[in-house]
Amino acid sequence: MTVPLTLVVNGVRYDREVEPRLLLSDFLRQDLALTGTHVGCEHGVCGACTVLFDGEPARSCIMLAVQADGHEIQTVEALAGPNGELNPLQTAFRDAHGLQCGFCTPGILMTMTAFLRDNPAPNEAEIRDALSANLCRCTGYQHIVNAIKLAAGRRNTAGAVERAASR
Amino acid sequence: MATPVIGRRVLRNEDARLLTGRALFVDDVQLPGMLHVAFLRSDFAHGRLKRLDVSAARARPGVVAVYESADLGDYSKPAPLLVNPPPIPGHVFHACTPLPLAKDKVRFVGEPMAMIVAESRYLAEDALRDCVADIEPIDAVIDLEAALAPGAPLVHEHLTSNAAAHVLQRKGNYQQARQAADLLVKRRFLYDRGVAAALENRAVVARWEPRAEELTIWDTTQAPIPIRNGLARMLGLLESQVQVIAPFVGGGFGPKIMMFYPEELLLPWASMQLRRPLKWAEDRQENFYATTQERGQVHDAEMALTRDGRVLGVHDVFLCDTGAYDPYGLTIPINSQCTLLGPYDIPNYESEFTSVFTNRPIVTPVRGAGRQHGVFVSERLLDIAAKELGIDLVEIRKRNLLGPDRFPHNHEIMFQDSAPLIYDSGNYLPTLEHAARAIGYDDFRRTEQARLRAEGKHVGIGIACYVEGTGIGPYEGARVTVEPSGKVRVATGVGTQGQGHFTVFAQVVAEVLGVAVEDVRVVTGDTREFHWGTGTFASRGAVVAGSACHAAAMSVRGKILDLASSVLRVAPDRLELAGGRVRVSGSDDAGIGLGELSGKANPLRGAVRPGTEPGLESTAYFGPDRGSTASGVHAIMVEVDPETAAVAIKRYLVVHDCGTMINPLLVEGQIHGGVAHGIGNAFYEQLVYDEQGQLLNASFMDYLLPTATDVPPIEAAHRETPSPFNALGLKGVGEAGCIPSGAVFAQAVEDALSGYGLEIREIPLSPNRLFELIERARRP
Repeated sequence: MTVPLTLVVNGVRYDREVEPRLLLSDFLRQDLALTGTHVGCEHGVCGACTVLFDGEPARSCIMLAVQADGHEIQTVEALAGPNGELNPLQTAFRDAHGLQCGFCTPGILMTMTAFLRDNPAPNEAEIRDALSANLCRCTGYQHIVNAIKLAAGRRNTAGAVERAASR
Repeated sequence: MATPVIGRRVLRNEDARLLTGRALFVDDVQLPGMLHVAFLRSDFAHGRLKRLDVSAARARPGVVAVYESADLGDYSKPAPLLVNPPPIPGHVFHACTPLPLAKDKVRFVGEPMAMIVAESRYLAEDALRDCVADIEPIDAVIDLEAALAPGAPLVHEHLTSNAAAHVLQRKGNYQQARQAADLLVKRRFLYDRGVAAALENRAVVARWEPRAEELTIWDTTQAPIPIRNGLARMLGLLESQVQVIAPFVGGGFGPKIMMFYPEELLLPWASMQLRRPLKWAEDRQENFYATTQERGQVHDAEMALTRDGRVLGVHDVFLCDTGAYDPYGLTIPINSQCTLLGPYDIPNYESEFTSVFTNRPIVTPVRGAGRQHGVFVSERLLDIAAKELGIDLVEIRKRNLLGPDRFPHNHEIMFQDSAPLIYDSGNYLPTLEHAARAIGYDDFRRTEQARLRAEGKHVGIGIACYVEGTGIGPYEGARVTVEPSGKVRVATGVGTQGQGHFTVFAQVVAEVLGVAVEDVRVVTGDTREFHWGTGTFASRGAVVAGSACHAAAMSVRGKILDLASSVLRVAPDRLELAGGRVRVSGSDDAGIGLGELSGKANPLRGAVRPGTEPGLESTAYFGPDRGSTASGVHAIMVEVDPETAAVAIKRYLVVHDCGTMINPLLVEGQIHGGVAHGIGNAFYEQLVYDEQGQLLNASFMDYLLPTATDVPPIEAAHRETPSPFNALGLKGVGEAGCIPSGAVFAQAVEDALSGYGLEIREIPLSPNRLFELIERARRP
């Protein structure tokens, strides 16, 4: 048995027929071949599968694809520019060595995309608190924290320059 | 030579692919017509498999095949022994490796009994519920001492006991040392199991192409080449008919080098039977049951000292849980045995261990690989002795460190690589002094701790030393090619799981050839690209494969200079390589680009001198006589709430010596990750089994991996004592971060609660367990 599913992923509208039990993570990875979203625990703890669901971080491994009907999803594939240019958050992760094996990284990038949108100038405790939604076994988190600080700092500096220029 | 890039904090070549979701992991592989696999696993830790009924599963629509042990025919053989025991005189070792699918008996919860192949993973998992396994339970063997008691149930009934191995190693004469001692301290120490918890679970994709008669396997393995060679042998194929690809692998930490997991054996075989590609992706719960684990050991250890704190000798008898089978030989307990000696001058040593079969998952190395246990035992014994002798904890260590004039230092016992345990180089005292100074040890002892205590704060410091045997043989290789574009390609056989090989190998080659690091493209873990090598383990990637890259690059450099010399008509010793070009040293002359030169090295017409090899390409190998010994000191400051047993880590610092650093930024990353893993082991992570071998916390809800709020900022400092065993002076760093964590944690918590009479002799020290210990110390 399948049911119709209409949703927007990374700005593209899809009309599909899916089994009601199909997980959102499997739909993204298998049906849409967006394999940047990773599955690390399949029980909603590790955060590797985090996507933005109408702009808010959500665990795609404990949601059904049909729950996304009529909604908008963003995955890690949406972050870089059209020619693969890293966005400022991705650049900061590279500059601060904020990833090692990179398996948890897409989920962390999505969590932090929403976090920095809502809290553009976070302190370290706030960063660590937000980051505790995602598990990483390689980095010990420190370089990830540094990357997020770097991204926030650069954005605020750029913002200040822009504001100064517009005055 | 151009600007040095070895030693620079170069950003990683591989990051763009990983940050954009383009990097290929095994579970990302999708092939036309691909089938999906699920495994029926035992719910019992120990039992007789009386009957398995898979008929309903076979009949389910969408199920393509179901295999039980009998269906495998001749392919059902015990897996190969992965590591032969070193030839230590008098050792006993009983090799018991698992069948691909259990037959007659199950020996741990999670042991596979049947393999279901279906059109989707959902259907394959549906069919698991159709299967009926009639298992007659047998009492499980869980406790290590009970396992060896007469009359204990036998995990392997063809043996007379559950002892898997026995080894005794000696140096000097401990009994004499004991008699000469002013103080003997003797204690029992426990270290329990955890999981490696790579964020990516295991996965295998296998595709048999009947027309080409070729088998391609994508595998989350740390050792693609041995997997290829073993599968070719077992499947009756030429090695060249089998390609194993370990693409990006999402963390390894040891268990991904178990060879062979049943899933690795069965998917390729079934793909040949069914002539369709197959995929299996482990889920997290399976990972808790079916992926190897480590750390269960019980030590009864005694240290003999003079009254001024000089160690005369150590005697240690320990039990090591090897789980239901022992395919990895004796690597872990020998690491424990050897690493106990640490950076210290211990003239007399007697160490005896028994490996014990239990009805728990198979034990193979996990980051640290037994080294933790040795460090925990020796560091704790030093702490206890220091207290009894009234000597400061740092001072007693200083008095026993090997001096810089004592290298190479022969410890007179055999290491896991079957070579004598000889330290190549080291300079331990400055490392310890650096760590003590950085954590403010003297002030803390003199005034700070008392001042904090007067404010009601229970703060303590832990400081512990360790060495790590790294970079062991046998060998690795690399092929370096200058392409006509001027870019350089490096192929090597080691698998990569996040260490930064795409960058550090590129740095090594870039420095030798005078090209930009980003112009060196490294390929690892694909047997079609390079098919000689062993794998990534024992903190050896940078040391052994890195040295092979260096050797191959040096050879290519020679070819470049030879050819450029004849093209430019200048003696080779007047030429330099920089900016991707060869030119006359110190001249403004443009010289010739490496790409153009590589074209000249591969002419389409004309004649070449006899013996000429085409292209600017070389392959080289590196095999050290023995490993190189890294070292370091960890220091930690904790605050403990004696009422709740909550422990807050105020500071964690590491002073580390891994010889020459190729990339300090990546070294720090390795250290941070190791420390986080160590903090998890020391305080949060424990696999809790009941007496029937059921794992009670097989999820990330119940098994606590440290999060960003649990791991403090880690201060890392470096010292560089080059290894004389390789051209670049490299030592490994992959595992060091988690080796002394248990020891520093125990010492710091004890120190914070000084006056409570607490003596910590076990790891992990979960918040609950620490609460119990504090309560017990208060109410003896």
